[in-house]
Amino acid sequence: MTETTTILEERKDQIHLTGQGAIDIACNRESLAGAVSQRACVFCGSRVVLYPIADALHLVHGPIGCAVYTWDIRGSLSSGPMLHRLSFSTDLQETDVIFGGEKKLEAALIELIDRHHPNAAFVYSTCIVGIIGDDVEAVCRRVGEQKGIPVLPVQSEGFKGNKRAGYEAACKAMFKLVGTGDVGDVPPVSVNILGDFNLAGEIWIIRDYLERMGVQVVANITGDGRVADIRRCHGAALNLVQCSGATMELAKMMEEQYGTPFERVSYLGIEDMAESLYKVADFFKDKDPGIVERTQKLVKEELERLMPELARYRKDLEGKKVAMYVGGSFKAFSLVKAFRHLGMKVVMVGSQTGTKEDYAELEQITDPGTVIIDDANPLELSHFIKEKDVDVFVGGVKERPIAYKLGVGFCDHNHERKEALEGFVGMLNFAREIHSSAMSPVWRFAPRRANRIAAEKKEAVNE
Amino acid sequence: MSSAAIIRKKPNFVSTTNACKLCTPLGASLAFRGVEGAIPFLHGSQGCATYMRRYIISHFREPVDIASSALGEKQAIYGGGPNLKKGILNVMKKYEPALVGIATTCLTETIGDDVPRALLEFKNEFGDLDLPETVYVNTPSYSGTHMDGWHGAVRSLVTQLCTGKTPDNGRVNILPSLVSCEDVRHLFDICRDFGIKATILPDISETLDGPALEDYVRIPTGGTPISEIKEMSGARATIEFGRCMPPQSGGTSLEDRFGVPNHRIGLPMGLRESDRFFETLEDVSGTPMPRRYELERGRLVDAYVDGHKYIFGKRAVVYGEEDLVVGLTAFLSEIGVDVVLAGTGARRKGLSEAIARVTDGVARIAPEVREGVDFHDIAAEAGTLAPDLLVGHSKGYRYAKEWNVPLVRVGFPIHDRFGGQRTPTLGYKGALTLFDRVVNAVLEKKQSDSPIGYGYL
Ligand code: SF4
Ligand code: SF4
Repeated sequence: MTETTTILEERKDQIHLTGQGAIDIACNRESLAGAVSQRACVFCGSRVVLYPIADALHLVHGPIGCAVYTWDIRGSLSSGPMLHRLSFSTDLQETDVIFGGEKKLEAALIELIDRHHPNAAFVYSTCIVGIIGDDVEAVCRRVGEQKGIPVLPVQSEGFKGNKRAGYEAACKAMFKLVGTGDVGDVPPVSVNILGDFNLAGEIWIIRDYLERMGVQVVANITGDGRVADIRRCHGAALNLVQCSGATMELAKMMEEQYGTPFERVSYLGIEDMAESLYKVADFFKDKDPGIVERTQKLVKEELERLMPELARYRKDLEGKKVAMYVGGSFKAFSLVKAFRHLGMKVVMVGSQTGTKEDYAELEQITDPGTVIIDDANPLELSHFIKEKDVDVFVGGVKERPIAYKLGVGFCDHNHERKEALEGFVGMLNFAREIHSSAMSPVWRFAPRRANRIAAEKKEAVNE
Repeated sequence: MSSAAIIRKKPNFVSTTNACKLCTPLGASLAFRGVEGAIPFLHGSQGCATYMRRYIISHFREPVDIASSALGEKQAIYGGGPNLKKGILNVMKKYEPALVGIATTCLTETIGDDVPRALLEFKNEFGDLDLPETVYVNTPSYSGTHMDGWHGAVRSLVTQLCTGKTPDNGRVNILPSLVSCEDVRHLFDICRDFGIKATILPDISETLDGPALEDYVRIPTGGTPISEIKEMSGARATIEFGRCMPPQSGGTSLEDRFGVPNHRIGLPMGLRESDRFFETLEDVSGTPMPRRYELERGRLVDAYVDGHKYIFGKRAVVYGEEDLVVGLTAFLSEIGVDVVLAGTGARRKGLSEAIARVTDGVARIAPEVREGVDFHDIAAEAGTLAPDLLVGHSKGYRYAKEWNVPLVRVGFPIHDRFGGQRTPTLGYKGALTLFDRVVNAVLEKKQSDSPIGYGYL
């Protein structure tokens, strides 16, 4: 890591090689001025968490951009209302900035609530709202009382931190809903699904597994989410929290206030999926002794279907090299294991929002020499893609063009994917997607491969 | 239907739903991306830059780096000057740019950061280093759209880089506005065939649509050379596209300061607006239209004739950037499509006047013209307007789907189709492509709606 032109001095302690000394990645720091970071703002964090609540109004209080760039950016499928797929903004103008935006906010809220009759409204503060000092809370209170629905301010001024702070702000806003609904008919064997956003219908897969096990799902938080479900989710016996960051805060608050225990789970990859279901079974086995057996049967059935198909893909993919850059590092854990099933080698892992503990755990499960990187920027990513001669890169929409520019296969594992990648069936979709990237014939035309092929040919002729 | 019969109240909502505009610094960033060796730099908090990159990348499918001064809470209170300077230093270390194009954001405009002063201090403090050029533009999104950001950045490039009169160099400056990469390439071809040495500012043809690479480059090759920008004062003329441009532009700056004649014409879309462009080229070059373009023009007229019946009287809703809307309306009305509504999210752009001018003599009805609209406003009117066709960027798709009419995707962004950055729209060739697409959209709909499934149409 001596290439100072690529790796800024100040970023050095955010990159680590597995097997080289103790890990001490300085993460969760503010993005460096002038670095082109992939990192998003507080607002972004709040928006992605709350966005899938489909029967709520999501009003972005600020100038137009913040709303426009988050219009429909994720799949977040809904089985019913689709109010979340509209982009609402107060579109602040110069006069609002000078004289304050409260009046406009209030009028906009009333107008939109009258038009759409949502079951709740979230009002997101963006950067300049934090500067011009609008009393968003007071406006929300007034309109809430007037309209008889919860109107919840989300303190998500972008500059007040990173995406992680936005997750927290979202959880705080949601927590105000929790406990306001009737839990009379919530059965004892019941859970909430936290931290899945139903990007491509995943939450329906997970719900199906849980239902086959005999577990009722009270609230999806927040994929295919509904306000009424969240209001009564404190009645559930257990919270299943996916992903290290997004909804952890809510789980913790619920544990504190309502005593609802939580389990960290992951639905990505075979072991994690099975283990997660077994955890649930284990939790409920006293209340429902048959659940363990039902779960074993479910896993067995699913695996019997999955494994032969997976083997076909593995034959092709064995030994291919993969790099990944994902939002939360919890996802990275699952991906590392999933790639092992495909016989692939993980040579680089990066994350936007990992904690120190996350990175320590990553070091444990990766092979020596694997690059571990926090909050990477394009130059660093491309540097390692080339150095490690990666076959497939897993990342978000912003990384795709870098991979493609260098002629590397790419799999979108972030928010814009349209394929369900969770659950057992998700593992198969995942394998199929990786396969269709890695095995395409087009890479041979990309310069890095084309030039190598040409050089090899030349050598062969010379021999 | 006569235009007098249409008396409809313009909707006036407080809230904005599904905006039909983008924010100002995005336009500035795109323009800065078209300068050789330049990197766009947003002075504000990190989120804006990340969002804009994502938005731009999804259209161009190219790496797009936009740096940010990444202000945090402290700087938002005490001023972002120090972060700006530190940011430029970091960008210098990492990208070795020839130019840093700085655009402010809502945050830094609201806290009132003095960017020119910070830049001056920067130059004084680090004058011993090999500094890149810096160009800044004020881009508060609460007063303007991405097109204001684009035009502002172009004007800033011209005023801040081209500061002295250079000897006549016989070149022609072309300020093409936000058009596709293919369009810029086409403009270069046209100029070459006219024997014109053109400075096209900005030139996104390669920087936002480059080839596959063996090694990642920090800043893509291509773009308008800075040396050429500095010599724009020696050109024999400037041609800038846009009937709705601000009174003060890159072209007027060169005219006012250095007497370079400025020809402000509409985007050359469709036959008549393209004619104006080619006439202007004949004027400034003294060269008659090359045969190649005579032929292109002839082919276009031939196609208009062959296809006129399929589309005559079809009702179209056109939306997007103000000048694109003018160009598309000019084109659509000359092929016999009735533009029933022409809308833009921008305000106070003189859209009505511009549209009246370009549709004069061809349009059978005067379109409803709307400034400051969002898609909710358009939808509120479209029920009664009953369009057969939408023409605009891809964000109108949900409405096209709802109304079961085709959407012909033109402009920025195209997020749900492939190749938006390579779509030709300008000149006779661009018009022909657009014409084919409009006719085929109508035919495709007719064919798929028909129970018979005609093999000939
Ligand atoms: S704050 Fe302003 S510049 Fe930033 S995204 Fe929002 S509208 Fe655009
Ligand atoms: S950083 Fe602030 S202004 Fe920019 S997108 Fe985030 S909330 Fe909006």
